[in-house]
Amino acid sequence: MTYLPKPKFHHPALPKNALGFTHRDYEGSISTLCAGCGHDSISAAVIQACFELNLQPHRLAKLSGIGCSSKTPDYFLGQSHGFNSVHGRMPSVLTGANLANRELIYLGVSGDGDSASIGLGQFMHCVRRGVNMLYITENNGVYGLTKGQFSATADRGSRSKAGGINNDSPLDLVGLALLIGATFVARSFSGDKTQLVPLIMAGLSHNGPAFIDVISPCVAFNNHPGSTKSFEYVREHNEAVNRLDFMDPRQPITVDYEPGTTAEVTLHDGSKLRLAKLHADYDPHDRIAAMTYMQQRASAGELVTGLIYMEPEARDMHATLNTVDVPLNGLSEKQLCPGSAALEKVNASLR
Amino acid sequence: MPKAIRSVNDFVIKFANVNGSGSASANEMFARAVMRMGVPIATRNIFPSNIQGLPTWFEVRVSEKGWPGRRGGCDLMVAMNPQTWDKDIASIDPGGYLFYDSSKPMPESKFRSDVNVVGMPLTEICNRTYKDPRQRQLFKNIIYVGALSALFDIERATVEKLVREQYGSKQQLLESNIKALNLGYAYAKEHLAGLCNLKVAKSGAVGNRILIAGNDAAALGCVYGGATVAAWYPITPSTSVAEAFAKWCRKFRVDPETKRHRFAIVQAEDEISAIGVVIGAGWNGARAFTATSGPGISLMQEFLGLAYFAEIPAVIFDVQRGGPSTGMPTRTQQADILLCAYASHGDTKHVLLFPEDPRELFEMAALSFDLAERLQTPIFVMEDLDIGMNDWLCEPFQWDDSRVYDRGKLMTAAELEAGKTFGRYLDVDGDAIPYRTLPGTHPSKGAYFTRGTSRDRFAKYSEDGAVYVDNMQRLLRKFETAKSLVPAPVLRRAREPARYGVIYFGSTSAPMAEALVSLEQAGLHLDTLRIRAFPFRDEVADFITAYDQVFVVEQNRDAQLRSLLVNECAIDPARLISVLHYDGTPVTARFITAAISERLQIRAKEAAE
Repeated sequence: MTYLPKPKFHHPALPKNALGFTHRDYEGSISTLCAGCGHDSISAAVIQACFELNLQPHRLAKLSGIGCSSKTPDYFLGQSHGFNSVHGRMPSVLTGANLANRELIYLGVSGDGDSASIGLGQFMHCVRRGVNMLYITENNGVYGLTKGQFSATADRGSRSKAGGINNDSPLDLVGLALLIGATFVARSFSGDKTQLVPLIMAGLSHNGPAFIDVISPCVAFNNHPGSTKSFEYVREHNEAVNRLDFMDPRQPITVDYEPGTTAEVTLHDGSKLRLAKLHADYDPHDRIAAMTYMQQRASAGELVTGLIYMEPEARDMHATLNTVDVPLNGLSEKQLCPGSAALEKVNASLR
Repeated sequence: MPKAIRSVNDFVIKFANVNGSGSASANEMFARAVMRMGVPIATRNIFPSNIQGLPTWFEVRVSEKGWPGRRGGCDLMVAMNPQTWDKDIASIDPGGYLFYDSSKPMPESKFRSDVNVVGMPLTEICNRTYKDPRQRQLFKNIIYVGALSALFDIERATVEKLVREQYGSKQQLLESNIKALNLGYAYAKEHLAGLCNLKVAKSGAVGNRILIAGNDAAALGCVYGGATVAAWYPITPSTSVAEAFAKWCRKFRVDPETKRHRFAIVQAEDEISAIGVVIGAGWNGARAFTATSGPGISLMQEFLGLAYFAEIPAVIFDVQRGGPSTGMPTRTQQADILLCAYASHGDTKHVLLFPEDPRELFEMAALSFDLAERLQTPIFVMEDLDIGMNDWLCEPFQWDDSRVYDRGKLMTAAELEAGKTFGRYLDVDGDAIPYRTLPGTHPSKGAYFTRGTSRDRFAKYSEDGAVYVDNMQRLLRKFETAKSLVPAPVLRRAREPARYGVIYFGSTSAPMAEALVSLEQAGLHLDTLRIRAFPFRDEVADFITAYDQVFVVEQNRDAQLRSLLVNECAIDPARLISVLHYDGTPVTARFITAAISERLQIRAKEAAE
């Protein structure tokens, strides 16, 4: 971590987004994670994504569980309310927050210990319930805060810093998210900001449960030879299926692509994604094919990244529950309390 | 043969049935018929943890005086379950009555010589009348309701009206039910006349009281109290709170134009998730609750500590059943007092409310949301299974239309804009309750980071011991503030000066009033205090110190309320004498009377020696 806080002073020439905010307006406290931690790159990507999306910082709520990854919401979006909740239980807290006010954007930040071990059940149920959110796991295959134990996403045969071999099968969060109905599923790498930023932008704009598994090496405990979550290993085995561009509708398209190599996707809020296909026949709109492809590539030792699946016309939990358009936390007595006359009728029916 | 019991409007009838045989609705109809005759009833459903096949009992106490508690004993047994025959017959009071299905001859040894036998060939009548085996079973229940109505002199028209109300929309069911009812009624008039001296006579004693189960009332209270988010996991005996909330919401919370819901109900994957949803919603400004029972509270411990420490409003209904572990899941207890009062690791204290019946439960349910938001902390509504799952005759619900929800200390965008200092854990008003902001309030002011980790008055992370202590002390002071906001205990003075007092709470209220009458008749005068909330208001300690000794009546083994009193009010344990009843049945007036008078006689003897 750095102990040198940046001055609050804003350089007048700092670029501003459409709302007049600079990058600095999306920053948070100083990170207390280790220097070089992959998680800090993810925080930077979140800041960049929100800046480029022209989000009003206070209209987003960030929630997390416990662990290194769950500390990060303190390090971005200082103007947003944050909730560092209970280990593995962020999904339920986020679900409740979302029920209370459907108008905010919800960002859940978690780790592999938080989501794949203690909170696996909550992660899965939150996704299958269709909560409108972006759920990011900062996945490093290791327990950092307790100094280097394997997590449930550690690959079988991978070696810990202390020399132990992991003999258990890994949990694949992307595979699970596909299985239980996430309508936006991606995987990325903390060391690849150009891939990660547009994915976060798209995930935040998605209407429904969006999930991004970000492989984020732990420099302190899982960045050595023999680890399958080290910077070196991930760079070598990273197979991106596509490149995403988040298109600002006001900007003219200047880059020409070879015909057949790109696809355009319109999100529910009108924004568009341009998908550069790196694998010509990969279709991110086919859930079953995506599941098969992921299994095939995993057995070949590849780590597939990019936009893996997206359902543009997704529904969320509020649609299922048929709740009113206005936030439930804003309803008044008049809209909530049936009053004494109705109660008298209830009394009469109980005699 | 002792004299046959004779009574008008004061007796106990017990139905012994097989679970899943359709008896419940017939038995309830009988009870309601007595109530429609204007005679107060107290009903208890004693049911197994089972869907079909195990024994179940339904007890109706007919009481002109309106005693709501279990009396104990049984004057007439409707013995419909061969599995429990011997035990059921043995439980009839001498001189009481046995009503049974006489279709098959039974050996004389199966009966008691001191019990009056009223036999009716129910199976034979059913087999004669109905072809379908399911109908034979179901209508047997209605036939005996008809017969009992005749035996007790309940007006046939009253029962018929109830049948019409229940099956009004289903013509075929209605006709066949009325036919069965008449069949039973006519048979009893013709063959059983004069066999039973227990009678129901028209009365005005019910007044305008209503009959409702506690869980139903709690759910209605949540609707009136403005709850919009409910998250729960199925567990007996609290499931019906969530189900009733859904029912009342469909009635009262659907936007008349758009048909959209002004509520959200989530059946969570477990109790941990349920309380997580409630905490998330409470953090974000919605009134939210969960309903559970002891095992669920055990699972919620970690989250409850977070809500206490991070100061998040939440309402938890704990419908208490017999523990520990799975214990007796369908039987009543008051054994989660300490579990809830000090829920979670570390130093915690929580606000508990103890309703005495469904009416008070309705009020406390609505109140709990005001308290949760005012105090920014979890509020536990401690139901006993006896209240939650049984129909109680109680005073009608009331609501003051001028009532405004107390949303607590919420700092607004305008206040932030005007430059008001916002410190999430800053005690501005001296009551130790800080202000909070809801997410999305202001573009650049008032955002903060909620965490279960220690932090300073401005919500900044801190592991400084002094900062931690400062916060923990404020939480203690906040608990002091809670004392002035929770419902006060109810004091009742005896007619003559008393040397002994009695403390009780929750469903024990029902038999207590009756026990006091009996004790008074025996010359034993006791003042009583009904505790309605924790933290204990100062009146509680004052009450205890005003007497030689105070009885604490509880429905658990370990005298949990007594422990809490000793601990929180710094009371000499010798001042408090426990009266404990925890076999899973509701405590009776007879039990309390016997326990207290026995101890007082011992005291009197000791004093004399």
